[in-house]
Amino acid sequence: MKPDSLRVLIPALSFAVLLAAVFWLQPRAMSYLGLNLLFNLAVPIALATIAQMLVIAVNDLDLSIGTFVSFVACVTATFLNDSPVLGLAIFAAAIATYALVGVLIHLRELPSIVVSLGMSFVWGGLAVLILPAPGGSAPPWIRALMTAKPPLLPMAIVASLVIAAVAHLIVMRSSFGTALRGVGGNARSVERAGWSVLKLRAATYALAGLFGVLAGVSLVGLTTAADANIALRYTLLSIAGVILGGGEFTGGRVSAIGAVIGALTLTLASSFLTFLRLSPDWQIGAQGAILIVVLAIRLVLNRQERRG
Amino acid sequence: MPQPAVIAPAVIAVAGAAKAFGAVRALDGVDFAIRSGECVGLVGHNGAGKSTLVNVLNGGLTPDRGEIVAAGEARATYDVAVARGVGIRCVFQELSLCPNLTVAENVRVLREGSGGFGWRNRAAATVRESLDRIFPGHGISGHAGLGGLSIAQRQMVEIAIAFLDVGAPPRLVILDEPTSSLDARRGRELIAHVRRFCAGGGAVVFISHILSEVLEISDRVVVMKDGRVAADRPTAGLDARGLVSAMGSVARERAARRAQPARSGTPLLTHGSLAAWPGEIVGLAGLAGHGQSEALAALYLAASSGWRTGRDPRAAFVAGDRQVDGVFPLWSILWNTTTTVLPDMTRSGGFVDRAAEAAFGAEWRERLAIRAPGMDVPIVSLSGGNQQKALFARALGSRAPVVLMDDPMRGVDIGTKQDVYARIRTEADGGRTFLWYSTETDEVCLCDRVYVFREGKVAATLGGDEVTEENIIAASFGGGHA
Repeated sequence: MKPDSLRVLIPALSFAVLLAAVFWLQPRAMSYLGLNLLFNLAVPIALATIAQMLVIAVNDLDLSIGTFVSFVACVTATFLNDSPVLGLAIFAAAIATYALVGVLIHLRELPSIVVSLGMSFVWGGLAVLILPAPGGSAPPWIRALMTAKPPLLPMAIVASLVIAAVAHLIVMRSSFGTALRGVGGNARSVERAGWSVLKLRAATYALAGLFGVLAGVSLVGLTTAADANIALRYTLLSIAGVILGGGEFTGGRVSAIGAVIGALTLTLASSFLTFLRLSPDWQIGAQGAILIVVLAIRLVLNRQERRG
Repeated sequence: MPQPAVIAPAVIAVAGAAKAFGAVRALDGVDFAIRSGECVGLVGHNGAGKSTLVNVLNGGLTPDRGEIVAAGEARATYDVAVARGVGIRCVFQELSLCPNLTVAENVRVLREGSGGFGWRNRAAATVRESLDRIFPGHGISGHAGLGGLSIAQRQMVEIAIAFLDVGAPPRLVILDEPTSSLDARRGRELIAHVRRFCAGGGAVVFISHILSEVLEISDRVVVMKDGRVAADRPTAGLDARGLVSAMGSVARERAARRAQPARSGTPLLTHGSLAAWPGEIVGLAGLAGHGQSEALAALYLAASSGWRTGRDPRAAFVAGDRQVDGVFPLWSILWNTTTTVLPDMTRSGGFVDRAAEAAFGAEWRERLAIRAPGMDVPIVSLSGGNQQKALFARALGSRAPVVLMDDPMRGVDIGTKQDVYARIRTEADGGRTFLWYSTETDEVCLCDRVYVFREGKVAATLGGDEVTEENIIAASFGGGHA
């Protein structure tokens, strides 16, 4: 229990510190509207981060999630808006493709980095074919959902809580999620216990595809239109989110709640830098510096724990 | 009508089981059966076929030939699911739990206990109960992360899970070196539990290198050798000496021992009580995984790494696990052989002298008879034996006075072995020192002096005519006096 709680504690602490800094710089952010503005764009990133976390849990890495979310966004703003049935069919096919990629990686023992890098060009190409120029429009229902104003907490916070809870139930509490993390920890022993690692990996990738679809749909709900390059940075953001949230690249050590916190922290970091009036030219570098600092703190704490 | 004699039915029986991995016959027609209430000790030296037999019993491996009768039924298909269905559980030698999960989650992954709402607490409760029964006062929580437990605690958890009384109840539990990471007290508790389990009608296959333990716990001992059952006797009347001689081979002709090189002055290198003088072939023996590879690695790193290593190499290394720390799979044979000697072939300006490199390759191809269409074909196109020759060329071709060999003959055919043995002798006569870890007793017997490792330390030093298979086996098992 202890290493797991520490896994979530450090991301939560760094998130709290960053949030306090933002409130100190810009007290007006400390309101219903302010919080919603701060975390609006974190919702699709959190969903993409969960997708990435699932893939990382089985010791793989998905470099196609950014272009996949872009592709889904393009489908959402066009097909899903014009004829919902066709849109949903496309999503089902996309999720099936994700599962097939998992099967291919498992059967041929291919490096997931290479396969998903290849797939990223496929998804990117399809996105450009669907929407050569920015455009389309969001289906009204998703627009309504994303801009809803629930009482007490803004939508962005409610959505993040729901995502964290659902992902935690699937990955950390269910038998399936346990077996999935078992594949990351010791695939041989999972296989020897009579599980089909092939099926587990296919299901993991399909689930990652589902979360990728949710990320794309929710993104369009916020932006109202789509663009073939809308979510390219999600690939690196999602990986950073998983790691920032206490996950590790290998060994099946991930945390769903941590991943959502990681995604929120990344969004917050860019707001923090804007409030600092840092020129946009320096922001990406500064964001990287924040990441390195947080990861360094975690490394130091992990080492002390091992020694103690 | 005469009553048939009451005989407890066999939990599992295999007849004529054979399994080959490439040219290696891991199992060569094995008959094995175990009945309810029986505890069978399974012993044998490295590569005798114990692990393969265990994997056949638990359904992990399908034998090439042979019949399997489990729970009274002949099984045409016998896999992990069938084995679990008839209640066969296994504790593997290397820890096979998931370190990133909790104890309860591991129970679930190992498919013991049911899923559904609240499975976590149920699994934690059952594993605790099992731990309490076997190892009282264990102090392990069912919700503890496995990664935070000590090796001994993990081993206790794995044993407790194997004896869990949920799902298909355990009828046969296979314990492969279960006491290797337990201390003496926990070892006693396990032995007591095995006794109770067998008295209650369960069956246990007990594999251990500590012969006194095997003799104490088992009703019957099966000795394996070269993929066959060499002996199958009731434990009563057996002693450690008898087991050791059953594991060894009958008198076998062997090459004349070469003259002992004269030792003078201080040893060339030392590691703990291990020492080597110039011109010696020093053997490292004992059961696999008892610290031999670690000792070699420590010696090599001490001689090679660091910022201030000079131009003269002090040691060369021949890897046994080719795929992991031997070949560069994308490179040609030539590039694979010249990695150690590149500094000697560098012209001014830091460029490699291509002609010298090619000449080196041609010379060693000739000397070691590497069978390849040319030295510039990819190394992975070669057979395992010829790949290994290229790795030998890499080490022997360097100017290093010491060559460390980490079980280098794994999967190498007999012809190559003879070529390399001859080469090693020639080089040693020329003053080179060899440290040779081998899991094959025949090879160790070629050495001038042999250090037998047990549990990470040198347990015995054999020199000259003491280097015999029997002495090596006795020292590596340490049954009589451990």
